[in-house]
Amino acid sequence: MATLSPTAVKFPQTHHGGGEGAPPFYGGGGGDGRGGGSNSPDYGQRLRRARLGLVVGITPIVMLFVSFTSAYIVRQGLPTLDVRTSTYVHDWLPVHLPWVLLLVNTVILLVSSGTMEMARRQITRQAALAPVRSIPGVSLGEEKIFPWLPFTVVLGVAFLIGQWEAWQELAARGFYLATSASSSFVYLLTGMHAIHLLGGMLALLYAAITSLLNRPVEARRIVVDITAWYWHFMALLWIYIFALIEIAR
Amino acid sequence: MATPGVVHAHAAPQGFIRKYIFSLDHKVIGIQYYFLALAAVLVGMFLSLLMRIHLVWPTASIPLFGEIKPETYLTLLTMHGTIMVFFVLTTAPQSGFGNYFLPIQIGAPDMAFPTLNMLSFWTTFVAFVVMIAAFFVEGGAPLHGWTGYAPLSALPGAGPGEGLGADLWITSIAIFCAASLMGALNFITTVLDLRAKGMTMMRMPLTCWAWFITAILGLLAFGVLLAAGILLLMDRNLGTSFFVPGGLSVSGNLVKHSGGSPLLWQHLFWFFGHPEVYIAILPGMGVASQMLSTFSRKPIFGYKAMVYAMLSIGLLGFVVWGHHMFMSGMSPYSAFAFSIMTMAIGVPSAIKTFNWLGTIYKGRVRFDTPMLYAIGFVSLFVSGGLSGPFLAQPVLDIPLHDTYFVVGHFHLIMGVAAIFGMFAGTAYWFPKMFGRMMSESLGRIHFFITLAGTYAIFMPMHYLGLAGQTRRYSQFTEVHYMTQLIPVQRFMTYAAVITIGAQLIFVVNLFWSMFKGPKASDNPWEATTLEWTTATPPPHDNFGGHTPVVNHGPYEYSVPGAARDYTMQTDPATSTAH
Amino acid sequence: MGLALLVLIWLITFFSTYFFVAKTWWLPAGASTAAPWIDHQFTLTFIIMGIVFVAAQVSLGWFVWKYRDRGPASKVDYSHGNTKMEVLWTALTAVLFVGLNLMGSHVWASERFEPAKAGAVQVEATGLQFAWYFRYPGPDGKYGHTKPELIDASAGGDAAVGLDTSDGSAKDDIVSGTMYLPVNREVDLSLRAQDVIHSLFIPNMRFKQDAVPGLIIHMHFTPTQTGDYEIACAELCGLGHYKMHGMLKVLSQEDFDKWIASKEAEKQ
Repeated sequence: MATLSPTAVKFPQTHHGGGEGAPPFYGGGGGDGRGGGSNSPDYGQRLRRARLGLVVGITPIVMLFVSFTSAYIVRQGLPTLDVRTSTYVHDWLPVHLPWVLLLVNTVILLVSSGTMEMARRQITRQAALAPVRSIPGVSLGEEKIFPWLPFTVVLGVAFLIGQWEAWQELAARGFYLATSASSSFVYLLTGMHAIHLLGGMLALLYAAITSLLNRPVEARRIVVDITAWYWHFMALLWIYIFALIEIAR
Repeated sequence: MATPGVVHAHAAPQGFIRKYIFSLDHKVIGIQYYFLALAAVLVGMFLSLLMRIHLVWPTASIPLFGEIKPETYLTLLTMHGTIMVFFVLTTAPQSGFGNYFLPIQIGAPDMAFPTLNMLSFWTTFVAFVVMIAAFFVEGGAPLHGWTGYAPLSALPGAGPGEGLGADLWITSIAIFCAASLMGALNFITTVLDLRAKGMTMMRMPLTCWAWFITAILGLLAFGVLLAAGILLLMDRNLGTSFFVPGGLSVSGNLVKHSGGSPLLWQHLFWFFGHPEVYIAILPGMGVASQMLSTFSRKPIFGYKAMVYAMLSIGLLGFVVWGHHMFMSGMSPYSAFAFSIMTMAIGVPSAIKTFNWLGTIYKGRVRFDTPMLYAIGFVSLFVSGGLSGPFLAQPVLDIPLHDTYFVVGHFHLIMGVAAIFGMFAGTAYWFPKMFGRMMSESLGRIHFFITLAGTYAIFMPMHYLGLAGQTRRYSQFTEVHYMTQLIPVQRFMTYAAVITIGAQLIFVVNLFWSMFKGPKASDNPWEATTLEWTTATPPPHDNFGGHTPVVNHGPYEYSVPGAARDYTMQTDPATSTAH
Repeated sequence: MGLALLVLIWLITFFSTYFFVAKTWWLPAGASTAAPWIDHQFTLTFIIMGIVFVAAQVSLGWFVWKYRDRGPASKVDYSHGNTKMEVLWTALTAVLFVGLNLMGSHVWASERFEPAKAGAVQVEATGLQFAWYFRYPGPDGKYGHTKPELIDASAGGDAAVGLDTSDGSAKDDIVSGTMYLPVNREVDLSLRAQDVIHSLFIPNMRFKQDAVPGLIIHMHFTPTQTGDYEIACAELCGLGHYKMHGMLKVLSQEDFDKWIASKEAEKQ
């Protein structure tokens, strides 16, 4: 492909057609044809689109954990064949979970959800006020900005460390990854959750960084908003997993 | 994470890398996917050629390759299936044509998340590289079939290639899952949020409906495959026993796992695997509908029914997976339930066939190349589909499961009908993508040889299956009744050699026309959908600075009283056209 | 062009149908009680699907020729469909497909919903890479214990299934590489697998069932004719899958008893 020059092969033109005048117009979605002719991007529409994308994107994560759950439930009830005697036995060994430690981690995660929500509301207010601030002659004074976002990052790290501690405790009690079917599932479910939470942490760090770069606050608000909802989903998912491995033993 | 909401900055990208390699433009990405799939299909076809030669001449020595051992045959078979299903059938119809034409057909300037789109292509590319790498590592590529049943796929000692090669195979598939999920996210959000004014859901072309429903299927199914792959990797490398029971002895060595269930793998795999085959065929159905209407100069027969049929196929596709497991040891009561649902899914497929025929009925058929392929699609879909009701009945599945009857069934539908959908899409959209026309004469020759040739290859497989010829055998010299069937295999191999050779005509036509084909006008087929309202090739933002406003449905051909026999979707509203 | 399409499609239809109707290659001769029922359901499905196949392909070929563009003379019917027809053919198809399935379901039920009757011949079939072994429990009617550690495929016979000869009930077990059955008696088959999934496929008996490691799967069938019948493995099990083949010999009850007796005598 490197040898093809644009004149020999008509690839879709990647240069701007038409030049002067209004920039390309991105009409409203949803079939209702909204959107005016202004030059500034429609942040409300972008936020809605991002939130839609997040809902869609969370669906496969749900399917992943639905798969693990069904494997867990089926395995729990499945009799296994003892080859020597040719009889079926139930060999499910309930795991002795360090539930106090896990409870502490749960509280940390829920608090982090709280701080994340505060961060989200704070930047929503800032974004709402931004157009007002830009009116010449209007002064709103400096708003007190609390570092909710960095707080959440710290709590998130604390949760992950706490989960690692829980794994150490499990190992001390003799439950390793391959010890039994039940222990395999405990490590699997908590580990996969931790991986997805780590992804959320990367998003959090990205959100924190954009506040340092001079991106418009409305654009930053979208990043924080999406990350916040994902973070809440991670908290709900954790509660579900904890309930599953503790109660459905 | 993609920059939410921002479709494009104002200035179009400059420089070769941003324009052609890491482009955010859905049109470039669509072409990238298409060429990836083209490379994959050439690899997959070559593998099948080696397979067909080995089956008939097991001791033959292939130039540069040497003799093909039984385990090598199984490796070829595994990689052929995997590459074709994932990197061709799940890639070109959806990510190739869908990426290019979905935004344009709904009147949008790009996909919802262009950066995510670019990432999804390159992730697919990485997955392909990892898959090909399996051939070159110690032990080679795996031999456990594209279905990867445990414990064969879970125990490195169970066969050659089941070591590192199998790990790479699983890893490639896992990466592919991630890439597909990214793509599905983009397609769904785009359809829901970026349609132009007047483009209601029920005015979308059936191609868009097909891409939309396919994306939903992918969204729900690929997560399950990813879960299965993770569990399998854990069993293979971390000592867990999700799929491996206790008390096993492989080649005299005791296996240390215990307590797992091989059937669990099958349930997880087929929960994904069945929607996957609908992912492979739905876009082709959308393309067929588009072609048949355009080239019969007639609205599609029963647009609403076509939409509901695709929705039903998508929905029912999730509750029939057990029909792959009738002989597996699964409960016979579950088998009965799955079989009723499987017969039910035949109903919307039949509706679509009736409606395709109804579209041609009392139309005014033009035989341009895209139409030839679409007509071929209908014939192949009927043939491939009608062997389904045999396999759907568990009692008939007893003699037919794991025989060539099944191989014939899925090849006619996926391996030929779906491919004809791609041929049709290529011939139809090539002028819009590259600004030139493909050669009609080469197209015709290719069509006739391929239609006759593929029937010659795959129809006899049904006879072989009836006679009890089992599948995945590397040769037929050991079982007496199978040796009697070798002449049929020979016929199929000759047909395959000719048909595979004929594909060169398509490849030559494709590349030659890109440079030397006659220049194409903006609407060479006199079609109605939005891609034909814009320049050829379309500008960066698809519509050159304005947003289309839609006043008509997608298939308003031969409207009584209209000046032309086609009313474009953006034409002014009239009282007669819908 | 329309004519060329019609000719090609009709020729393909003709040749495909011909070989089905002529039964040039067909299901092998049935030799079990289930075979006539299965074959009957098969024929029914085949006739119905055959009619649909021919009708659809012939119509397709006919339409593309008849409704070809003949210039200004061609008239197009500007129609978006016909709801009545849609409902009609949807209902017909649903009744046909589901009805067909329900008709065959009693055969499935009798084969699979019920266990073997009392007094059936007990045989255990074990699949391993790459052979079948068949075990008979002997006069005590009980299968002896097996131990994976004792498995030695190269030794064949008892060692191939890892028979634990120290177990009391194992002493009279007979292990054979060939399956022997008495005619007209139901067999209660226990399927096992030692390493990966295999599948016991006896085409003439219309019998197929996967042998899954970690499970003992019970199936039953009744051979109705004496003779030798080939067994093939029908689930990909590794490089030797193509040569994992066995033989079923159906004997008269007398001959079967003689065979068992001679095998028991060898063990003394």
